Amino acid sequence: MHSLARTLNSARTRGYIYQALILGGVAVVGWFLVSNTLDNLERRGVATGFAFLSREASFEIGESLIPFSAADTYLRAFIVGLLNTLTVSAVGVLLASVLGLAVGIARLSSNWIVSRMAAAFVEIVRNIPLLLQLIVWYTIIGKLPGPRDALEPLPDVFLTNRGLKLPWPQEDPAHGLILAAAAVGIVGAFIVARWARRRRETTGQRFPTPYAVAGLALGLPGLAFIAAGMPLVWDVPRLQGFNFAGGVTLTPEFAALLVGLSVYTAGFIAEIVRSGILSVPHGQTEAGLALGLKPGQILRLIILPQALRVIVPPLTSQYLNLTKNSSLAVAIGYPDLVSISNTTANQTGQVIEMVSMMMAVYLVVSLAISAFMNWRNQRAALVTR
Amino acid sequence: MKTLISAALLAVAALPAAAVAGTTLDAVKQKGYLQCGVNLGLYGFSAPDEKGKWSGLDVDVCRAVAAAVFGDAEKVKYTPLSAQQRLPALQSGEIDLLARNTTRTLSRDTANGLNFAPINFYDGQAFMVSAKLGLKSAKELNGATICVLPGTTTEQNVADYFRANKMQFKPVVIEKNEEMHKAFFSGRCDAISSDSSQLAGIRAAEAPNPADYVILPEQVSKEPLAPAVRQGDEEWTNLITWTVYAMIQAEELGLNSGNIDAAAASPNPDVKRFVGATPGNGKALGVEENWAFNIVKQVGNYGESFERNVGAQSKLKLARGVNGLHTAGGLMYSPPLK
Repeated sequence: MHSLARTLNSARTRGYIYQALILGGVAVVGWFLVSNTLDNLERRGVATGFAFLSREASFEIGESLIPFSAADTYLRAFIVGLLNTLTVSAVGVLLASVLGLAVGIARLSSNWIVSRMAAAFVEIVRNIPLLLQLIVWYTIIGKLPGPRDALEPLPDVFLTNRGLKLPWPQEDPAHGLILAAAAVGIVGAFIVARWARRRRETTGQRFPTPYAVAGLALGLPGLAFIAAGMPLVWDVPRLQGFNFAGGVTLTPEFAALLVGLSVYTAGFIAEIVRSGILSVPHGQTEAGLALGLKPGQILRLIILPQALRVIVPPLTSQYLNLTKNSSLAVAIGYPDLVSISNTTANQTGQVIEMVSMMMAVYLVVSLAISAFMNWRNQRAALVTR
Repeated sequence: MKTLISAALLAVAALPAAAVAGTTLDAVKQKGYLQCGVNLGLYGFSAPDEKGKWSGLDVDVCRAVAAAVFGDAEKVKYTPLSAQQRLPALQSGEIDLLARNTTRTLSRDTANGLNFAPINFYDGQAFMVSAKLGLKSAKELNGATICVLPGTTTEQNVADYFRANKMQFKPVVIEKNEEMHKAFFSGRCDAISSDSSQLAGIRAAEAPNPADYVILPEQVSKEPLAPAVRQGDEEWTNLITWTVYAMIQAEELGLNSGNIDAAAASPNPDVKRFVGATPGNGKALGVEENWAFNIVKQVGNYGESFERNVGAQSKLKLARGVNGLHTAGGLMYSPPLK
């Protein structure tokens, strides 16, 4: 008895008991919600389950990376939406990072006009709601002329309120070979860069890495292209009926969403970059100058690598935000995951199923980004040799 | 995102909702008002005026039900709903009645757990294009870009029509009405597709110059719009059903808001049953005997409601057409109220 009381009194045991209680409580609430929902749906005669996913979608989607028609299934439509979301997020993350880095550095510039302009940019874009910005971008693009009075800034490139039409190479069996060569080249470039760095770290010998990388990544597919007999026929956009046919189209919806997301997120990233750079003591710059490095080299070799440690964690949440914000696409008509899930939910009435699928997908995507950034952060962390 | 909230409501509000199953009428009487789900703003069907007072053909159904239950058409609270929100809102018990230009379909009647009242407007989906294009028929729309509103049967109907006619199109699907209309009027799309009554409304209210736009003659779908309630409450379904019929019956009998007071003394047995001078109908439905009298007195008959909201007296100027009484070649027909 005495020992039991002592065990119960120990902070450790009590800690376990409390944690078990909390876990149990959460489980009970979760179970209650799920079973109650199912109960209610059944009582109201609402069909549940995911069987509807294999039924014919019978609606069209404006833009898709994979072939899609109204005869395909709801599941395929969902995948089209997911791919659209991933595309706009991936390109958006890239653009936002480049723009954010540039603005963040510009804001620390000793040139008064450059730094003020960067500051103004940041304050404007991050203090106006994203939805409004998206609608503004979309409206601006909508003011472009119609297909019949299209602008032609470059030969065979057309700018209209239906989007930007670009010539595109016609498909050719040799293109697969060229792509494969490019893949091999890129992988080879990575291996060479790694080997060169290791050699420099151990022996101090330098290797012309940039040239080797460029040679591999561009040269290999170039060689394959020449070897295949230069199979390149351009598919040129031509006005036909209501609109341009041929070539590829950058739709106004995609463009507005991409620009809106990138600019908005770049405002936040700029501030993160600025704080990261300011966190590196000025002595580092002075030491670099004393060693005779040029300002660009100091930024690239000394400041940024150290600043990254401060930058990466908040940057992760900006990337997550951008991905999640892409769901605002529904307001301007880009067929993203949410837009297509909404259509599906309405046609089938399976709202709860679609909402849970959307939540699960966003969760997985966000966790994946998070995991990647954490891995990146570990690599950027201080290594002692 | 309100879809999410409604879905969450369905999960959380489980117990109270389950408790009222089968007794919506009692619950409505107890709280003293009708919670009616309507469109966010569709001219002629349900739209608030500058003072926030709702009016429209669908709003009149809400008001008629309130008149039947409380004898006061004003005892309605409106829940404006998007197309996506409407079904979860009804299923979760957030609203008592959905009068929001909802098309009656088999799957909504079955898998989605709804019961429909009689159709209060026969609509059909059509295309509107700029008159400058010089189109005469929807069959000439091959290759067109078409603006559609999501969350309705609209997207599916357009896809079906184009597939059936072996034509191609590109949809632009924008969730917000105003943004979608703006996209169409700015030339993003060649055509806009919606129910023809809605197209007439959009053209009247939002086009820079209504004469520049034409509605193509093809109706690509049947859109019988009807009020809906949850399955499993026969008493409530009956009341809504006969409220809609009462408005049609009143028009058949020649009763309107102007002459209904005088008609109370009529010797016609149909009229006597209608106004409650011969009792029975009210008791059967669980409301006061003068329920139908109150509907006509406060809301009017179906024809009055039609002309006021979407017909000659409105900006839409729709003809009665198929929405006329059966005696005038239309589809409106009420079974006898006895």
